[in-house]
Amino acid sequence: MKGKFIDNLGRVYAMYTGGFLVFVLIMAVLEQMGVAADTIGIMFVAFTIAIYAVIGWLSRTMQVDAYYVAGREVPAVYNGMATAADWMSGASFVALAGGIYFGGYGYLAFIIGWTGGYVLVNSLMAPYLRKFGCYTVPDFIGTRYGGNLARFCAVVVLVIASFTYVTAQINASGTIAARALHIPFAAGVWFGLLGILLCSMLGGMRAVTWTQVAQYIVLIIAYLVPVIWMSNKQGFGIIPHFSYGEAVARIQELEPLIGLGVAAVDKAPFGGVGILKTPHFAPSGGMESWKFITLAACMMMGTASLPHILMRYFTTPSVRDARRSVAWSLLFIFLLYFTAPALATLTKLQLIDPNLATSIIGKSFDAVKNLAWVQNWESVSMLYLVDSNKDGILQLNEFFMRADIVVLATPEIAGLPYVISGLVAAGGMAAAMSTADGLLLAIANALSHDLYYKIIDPKADTRHRLIVARVLLVGIGVAGAAVASLRLTGILGAVAWAFDFAMSGLFFPLVLGIWWKRANRAGAIAGMVVGLVAGTLYLYQVYWGGMTPWMGIDHLRFGIIGAAASLVAMVVVSLATPAPDAETQAMVDEVRVPSGKSILSSDH
Amino acid sequence: MADNTNEIRQQHWVKTRNLTWLVLAIWFVFAFVVPWNAASLDKMSFIGFPLGYYFCVQGSLIIFVALIFFQNWRQDKIDDEAGLSGE
Repeated sequence: MKGKFIDNLGRVYAMYTGGFLVFVLIMAVLEQMGVAADTIGIMFVAFTIAIYAVIGWLSRTMQVDAYYVAGREVPAVYNGMATAADWMSGASFVALAGGIYFGGYGYLAFIIGWTGGYVLVNSLMAPYLRKFGCYTVPDFIGTRYGGNLARFCAVVVLVIASFTYVTAQINASGTIAARALHIPFAAGVWFGLLGILLCSMLGGMRAVTWTQVAQYIVLIIAYLVPVIWMSNKQGFGIIPHFSYGEAVARIQELEPLIGLGVAAVDKAPFGGVGILKTPHFAPSGGMESWKFITLAACMMMGTASLPHILMRYFTTPSVRDARRSVAWSLLFIFLLYFTAPALATLTKLQLIDPNLATSIIGKSFDAVKNLAWVQNWESVSMLYLVDSNKDGILQLNEFFMRADIVVLATPEIAGLPYVISGLVAAGGMAAAMSTADGLLLAIANALSHDLYYKIIDPKADTRHRLIVARVLLVGIGVAGAAVASLRLTGILGAVAWAFDFAMSGLFFPLVLGIWWKRANRAGAIAGMVVGLVAGTLYLYQVYWGGMTPWMGIDHLRFGIIGAAASLVAMVVVSLATPAPDAETQAMVDEVRVPSGKSILSSDH
Repeated sequence: MADNTNEIRQQHWVKTRNLTWLVLAIWFVFAFVVPWNAASLDKMSFIGFPLGYYFCVQGSLIIFVALIFFQNWRQDKIDDEAGLSGE
């Protein structure tokens, strides 16, 4: 069955994609026949989650190799798709375009950072880690440097970074489920968790791989369709990506006319919403450029240290396939990331351009207030309108919106049929679920393989190990959902922190483990501990302690401090202690050779 | 694997390292230098976009994708020449 499945991947996923498109068409027809919008939304979310759950169930396994690394038989292109889904989270799908809408130049650092990071993954990490043959990222640290303490430190960094990230993803899936299914946010969070666990629990990495491929297909269709549709309506052609330059120019022309930058007079009665204040694109150089590149650097180095991404490259058959799949990953990710700015631009234009029927700024306050989409989103506290100057006209500084809804509300704003909104909700759900799955699996695998099997009970048999892994998966998922329902930070903020934690603790121990033979155990432990502690203390000081950020390095960028401290500590301590033994040095040499057996055998 | 000697491995690693440096240098330019200078690049335009904006939303991204495919193509050649392709 398994071999047959791998041979027929193309046919299976082509049928799946076709089936999904047919489903969308059926929904469109049902909408025309008068089925209520709410019902369509529920069917979209329920249908897609049911499919993922079926894939998860079909991929169940009791083999260690299949559970941890999908049997190392995932072809490069499919691993690329799975990585893209693993990578593009609720933040990329739901929040990124909104961030660009509100943040202008400064937020584009996320786009550069989240794509450029793959150059680091490909150059410095993925092929070598694949050659190593590890099951988890701490597995590499533990074997390269030797000793349980180094392994344990890596587990700690992994858990902190991934757990921060997973709460944001469960939060995102809860937000979408709440909106699509009309249930309270807290219930949405638990519903989202249930879907996530259905995909990963029985089949581990194998199940997650094949659901992530399915989720990528849904999310990319859901992201591209509304943008292309909207672009057609506005006259920018079928592929807006190369022709929306005029829209950018038009926005820049309108900005001074509609009072951009005028502060809001009133405040919204609930948090999380804001008015548009930042120009679409007006880099002023100096400090702003510095903040851009420091943020981009954090996102790139974080990308190259996040365990749930790196572990995807452990699943390919060979080193060469690992490299190939990095290239495919970035290509698939690129499809969404170069669409997000187009989406932000077209959405902004249709709200502010008085020549477009959809515009609201400068229109009668009462008329806007009565628009269906305005009422929908206002009723869930994601939008707020107030006629501050009582002139009966909606001004830019009277329109409050939550950044997260730019993507989700775009189809309604543009007046597209509701079926598109349902599609977008399903796509957002796929993005958040696929990333949460990868993260939960990364945490549970590190705890079960590295902490339980390698450190606590090396004699545990296979059955026992896999049961522990599953219990941990559920436990961590529940903990994540509990934290997510507290709604501590916004989606994008928590995601940036995860990158900063990962780069503070893991970037240099991983890179130098491959690229610097002299790096030794003491140095690596110092690098992980000092990096994580320095980064965390700095975060605490600037975020809660009231400290003025040093050179504009604020809480989104604390990884710069952590990674710098980590590098210094690792180099100094490595040089102050004896060089690693000949065996370890030979191992590093072997890692650099793409052919031959992996360092660790499959039953380690 | 008869020719899989230390010397060949050494040469293979030097070539791999040089390629990596080249890739990272190109990456550095499009990840940091270009966005840093977005304001001055904006004075020029490209297919209707201000150039600085274009690089931040598209240009650099396209370069990153192409760069990884380029690196893999070169690396495959390096591996094949050394007989270390593993396939």
